[in-house]
Amino acid sequence: MRLTAEEQRMLRGERGEAVKEALELQLAVGKFFGAKRFVPVTNVHMMGDIEVMGDTGKGFLDRVAKMGAKCVRPTTTNARCFDFEFVGKLGQDATEADKERAIIDRLRQMDVVTADTCINYQTLYQPHVGEHVAWGDTGTVIYANSVFGARSNFEAGPAALAAGLTGRVPEYGFHLDEHRRGTFRVELKADLDDLADWGAIGKIVGEAHQDYFAVPVFTGMRRTPTADELKHLGASLASYGSMGMFHMVGVTPEAPTLKAAFGGRKPRETVTITRRDLDRVYAGYDTGGNPLNLVVFSGPQQSLFEMKTLADLLDGKRVKDGSHVFITTSHGVKSAARELGYLQKIEASGAIVLEGVCFYILQNIAQIRAQRGWVNLVTNSAKLANIIRAHKFNTILRRTADCVRIAVTGSDA
Amino acid sequence: MKRERLPVIKVARAFGPVVEGEALVSTEGFSPRYDLDRWTGLISRPGHAIFGHNIRDKILFTPSAKGGIAAGWAFYDIRGKGIAPKAFVFGVTNPVMVQGAVFAGITITEGWTPVPFGLVRTGDIVRVDPRKKTITVVRRAA
Repeated sequence: MRLTAEEQRMLRGERGEAVKEALELQLAVGKFFGAKRFVPVTNVHMMGDIEVMGDTGKGFLDRVAKMGAKCVRPTTTNARCFDFEFVGKLGQDATEADKERAIIDRLRQMDVVTADTCINYQTLYQPHVGEHVAWGDTGTVIYANSVFGARSNFEAGPAALAAGLTGRVPEYGFHLDEHRRGTFRVELKADLDDLADWGAIGKIVGEAHQDYFAVPVFTGMRRTPTADELKHLGASLASYGSMGMFHMVGVTPEAPTLKAAFGGRKPRETVTITRRDLDRVYAGYDTGGNPLNLVVFSGPQQSLFEMKTLADLLDGKRVKDGSHVFITTSHGVKSAARELGYLQKIEASGAIVLEGVCFYILQNIAQIRAQRGWVNLVTNSAKLANIIRAHKFNTILRRTADCVRIAVTGSDA
Repeated sequence: MKRERLPVIKVARAFGPVVEGEALVSTEGFSPRYDLDRWTGLISRPGHAIFGHNIRDKILFTPSAKGGIAAGWAFYDIRGKGIAPKAFVFGVTNPVMVQGAVFAGITITEGWTPVPFGLVRTGDIVRVDPRKKTITVVRRAA
């Protein structure tokens, strides 16, 4: 890779050992992918919590913080594994919670903004077309690339932190025009009425094309999708397909036309999705005869508009005795929802709203599941329905109103 | 008796030291978050192609990377816990896996010619040489 004079100084350790190690990591990754140079970034979003880092990762962070390392670009944190108000109520481990507090302290020492949200693109920072950023959380990356036309690869925790320290990333993948062109076409022939429908599209497309560099181009939208709908589509494509970008003709900025979306290339294939395909997704889940007593709205965190929808649906209703409803959102959205009265309606139903976390990374979630005897998890998030299975939940994707009905009645009839 | 000519797989990209170990061949993609018990090293998601196998000290062959930004820390974490594989051999991967493996100092490769399924079997001893960009079957499973 060609290095600037400043990058060479970093490699010689002239900006400290932490920056040197960070650039060495980025250099090795860049070489792997054939990057020719680094590009500066304006914004960094990183994942860093005790559940994903473990004691080894925390030890690394302790060491780097002790070196006096500081981020040189605005750097925010992703959803974490504790809402400290609920440690005891959820049956989480107090010792791990203390470690989480220590991680937050270390990150703040390094000038990281511990915003703890996976919807930074809705609540914190909206990059413009062509802007290079270094974001972690796959859902944030696919949204940045696709909806904003900004440029980011998936930047895992240590890689994002490295970008925060050096202010740059190796130029490969979605930083380059050649990887941003569409590779296959998805023709939508269905009315998509709910967030779960958009997530189901992501599941169908992602499962069949598990490739970071596959870029679907959607056509046939019957109306303009909302930000929350694109959020669920993107999060699902990233989760099932490991994808980092999509185009939607007439909707996303690099796809004013079908031709522009493919950048002169021919689509490798065209996939058509009909109502029947979506119905097949919903029919593909099985309760196994076990109770439907856990409903979760999470992954990604809920926007203020999703909170309003849930407040409207739950208003005046009660979660069935013995059932549990969890909703996760950002600190800011929970606060706004309180101001607007949405939170009170939601909580009056018996649902629990957690802030700054995502349900699937909650510390101790597998043990909490076992202790509470939960088997099934009902959700309107196709992403959550995918990833939480690692903790041995049996998941069931349903539309938002159906999820609320199940929460209140315990029945999917 | 004619001796079998042991296969050599070429890889497109590679990082890390030369390693030799037992192959664990999955026909399904891999995510350290979705599929792995990060306390034991067991593939824990029911229905996964290598459900119940342990990745510790293995050379893990898998066609694709699945989702999950958290792999970046997860590989470092499992290395620290002593349950990491010796190498990840991907058909196609994503940056998270590469960043995570580089950070943890675990050998990783991407792209393979020919496709190893049927040529390399679980239990075979293989050598991964990132500099030469080759994976060689050293001896067949007993």
